[in-house]
Amino acid sequence: MKIVAAMSGGVDSSVAAALLHDQGYEVIGLSMQLYDQRDGESSFGSCCSLDDLQDARRVAAVLKIPHYIVNFERQFDAHVISSFVRDYAAARTPIPCVHCNGELKFTNLLERARGLDADSVATGHYARVTLEEDGHYALRRGLDQNKDQSYFLFTLTQAQLSCACFPLGELRKPAVRAYAAARRLPVASKPDSHEICFVPDGNYASFVERRVPEALHPGPITDTDGRVLGQHGGVHRYTVGQRKGLGLSSSVPLYVVAMDATTRTVTVGPRTAMERTTLTAASINWIAGTPPTDRTRVAAQIRHRHAEAPATLHLEGPTTARLEFDVPQSAISPGQAVVFYDGDAVVGGGWID
Amino acid sequence: MRIYLDHNATTPTDPSVVAAMTNVLGEQFGNASSLHSFGQAAKIIVDDARADVAGLIGAGPQEIVFTSGGTESDNLAIRGIAEALLPTKRRHLIATSIEHEAVLHTLTALAKRDWIATLLPVDGSGVVDPQALEAVITDDTALVSVMHANNEIGTIQPLAVLAAIAHRHGAIFHTDAVQSIGKMKVNVTDLDVDLLSLSAHKCYGPKGVGALWIRRGSRLVQTMTGGKQERNRRAGTENVPGIAGLGTAARLALQRTETEADRIAALRDILEAGILRRVSGTLINGDPTRRISNTTNISFDRVEAESLLIALDLEGIAVSTGSACSSGTLQPSHVLRAMGYSSHRAQNSIRFSLGTRNTAAEIDRVIDVLPNLVDKLRNTARASSVLTQQSSLDGG
Repeated sequence: MKIVAAMSGGVDSSVAAALLHDQGYEVIGLSMQLYDQRDGESSFGSCCSLDDLQDARRVAAVLKIPHYIVNFERQFDAHVISSFVRDYAAARTPIPCVHCNGELKFTNLLERARGLDADSVATGHYARVTLEEDGHYALRRGLDQNKDQSYFLFTLTQAQLSCACFPLGELRKPAVRAYAAARRLPVASKPDSHEICFVPDGNYASFVERRVPEALHPGPITDTDGRVLGQHGGVHRYTVGQRKGLGLSSSVPLYVVAMDATTRTVTVGPRTAMERTTLTAASINWIAGTPPTDRTRVAAQIRHRHAEAPATLHLEGPTTARLEFDVPQSAISPGQAVVFYDGDAVVGGGWID
Repeated sequence: MRIYLDHNATTPTDPSVVAAMTNVLGEQFGNASSLHSFGQAAKIIVDDARADVAGLIGAGPQEIVFTSGGTESDNLAIRGIAEALLPTKRRHLIATSIEHEAVLHTLTALAKRDWIATLLPVDGSGVVDPQALEAVITDDTALVSVMHANNEIGTIQPLAVLAAIAHRHGAIFHTDAVQSIGKMKVNVTDLDVDLLSLSAHKCYGPKGVGALWIRRGSRLVQTMTGGKQERNRRAGTENVPGIAGLGTAARLALQRTETEADRIAALRDILEAGILRRVSGTLINGDPTRRISNTTNISFDRVEAESLLIALDLEGIAVSTGSACSSGTLQPSHVLRAMGYSSHRAQNSIRFSLGTRNTAAEIDRVIDVLPNLVDKLRNTARASSVLTQQSSLDGG
């Protein structure tokens, strides 16, 4: 069976490709070129940079599998970077990886795979897809709780899940590294990447400002009673829950508790002011294809690194819902994803309004 | 069976070239500038190769400067002439919009300094209209650079006509003949040019060596400074094995170009006709008559060229999208864009460039394999556009 392995040049996707190859699949490695590489490695330093594409090529050479670089700059710009910039400028905190998974890896890359007669796309995500007795595919957390990435995959439809392959879903990170070393992959000891790949220096604000100079629009910083405490240079520089870089002096630590894109107001307050018991999620993807019954009890995760919290789903439309947490949650950030779990299975997920 | 149809990117090194180079690498390690017998032996090898290269293009040996390849030759020609004419008022440089990056980017770099650069348009088949040159050339023009044959579409330019116009205005005329050498007869007198760039690896020689022909009496400032090698026009110890390889490749080209060109053109025509007949939605890019013998550039409607290249490679068939040097960038071919094609058509285009080892059986196999691959790609593109529409309705 032919399968396309999406190879970023990191250890995880390299091992995913190696495992499939070693299990006897006919693996074709594809690496996505996502931004203009002609200026060399200086402009980008993380996932999918020029060095990483070279690493992917070296891994493919060790495995003796065909490997190609496919150019998705246009799609990456349209689906990932544009919405990232738009979200920040609208006082939201985006997660570009979700779009990259749903709209690039499991749409554009999957289309390329099918054109090459391959049935599925494999990635190095720590997540699992299982075919249930009712004929539906379930998306489940990876067995390695520290590495689980199901949160980033919540937009996948049944059609996409049927073509998704996550060879690392049953593995823990140390085992993955050990496999890479045993297989003598040149990336065996390469550090994990944590930054957003197209902003390797982590300076999102200046990235947004380069793309949308209008984002540099000052506004007031107020406390929760509306008293103006200072000025800021643009809402895109802030995230709900942020404490550092506010430039305010106060007897208690102050956090960003809310932002208003229309009035360009950044509201700050003490830690307790960040707590909310409810949120609204929009553009929800239900993994089963249809919504669960109203008032379903779920465990909800509001960020990648967030311990899931018990909550009740109140359906408001086919793809919108209000979520009531049992206990207040801190720093619910508009623009982030909320993903609902039932045990280790993803029920669905949407974007926090 | 692996089938190589990307000879405009590079060619397989001819066994006689490998033999000549191996001998030099193993036995003749002397520095051609040394006075002793080791150096003298190396010098003879270099000068023999110089005579072979000169012979191929109807030039004198002392007019040949060895370089590291086509890109350096283009740089030396353009920068060398521009610098030499700097004390005069001639600060205007002209090239076509379909030149290789070695010419285009050199002009761009000079245009940021003391020079002004103009790019000539081409027509829908990639040919420069002499009127377009007439319209922009002035008595301030230092240099006109027009490639002999285009790497992507193979179109041959009317060099003699263009050179005459340049000379009437006192300008120097340079041609990048990297893609025509070995594929057609190239004679510097017939072409009426003043400088000509060529590269070994495009005509069955090794990579990393090329030459610039400089008409006797032309003044040129060297770009590589150092020792007095190559009559003080290109510093650096001669790449003796590479030069020996280039000389051998030049001798081969002189012997076989004319007969091989006819044979390869016949195969190219079979390939082209077969594709047009068997695959719907295909179009030839470029001029079907005024082009080098080995090249055809075809656009496949509703097919991402990148995907077709991969599908063909998995079948053991090597082709190219645009030119190898611009692979890895998003920009659709600047050549096809300059010809007025939509970026869509430019992104659907595949270049097949044949060579001396290709056989009729290989061409038959390509024609057999291609229709299914194209169908598969077209069907999945259609299926996935339906899929995306559904998922966007779902709000996913």
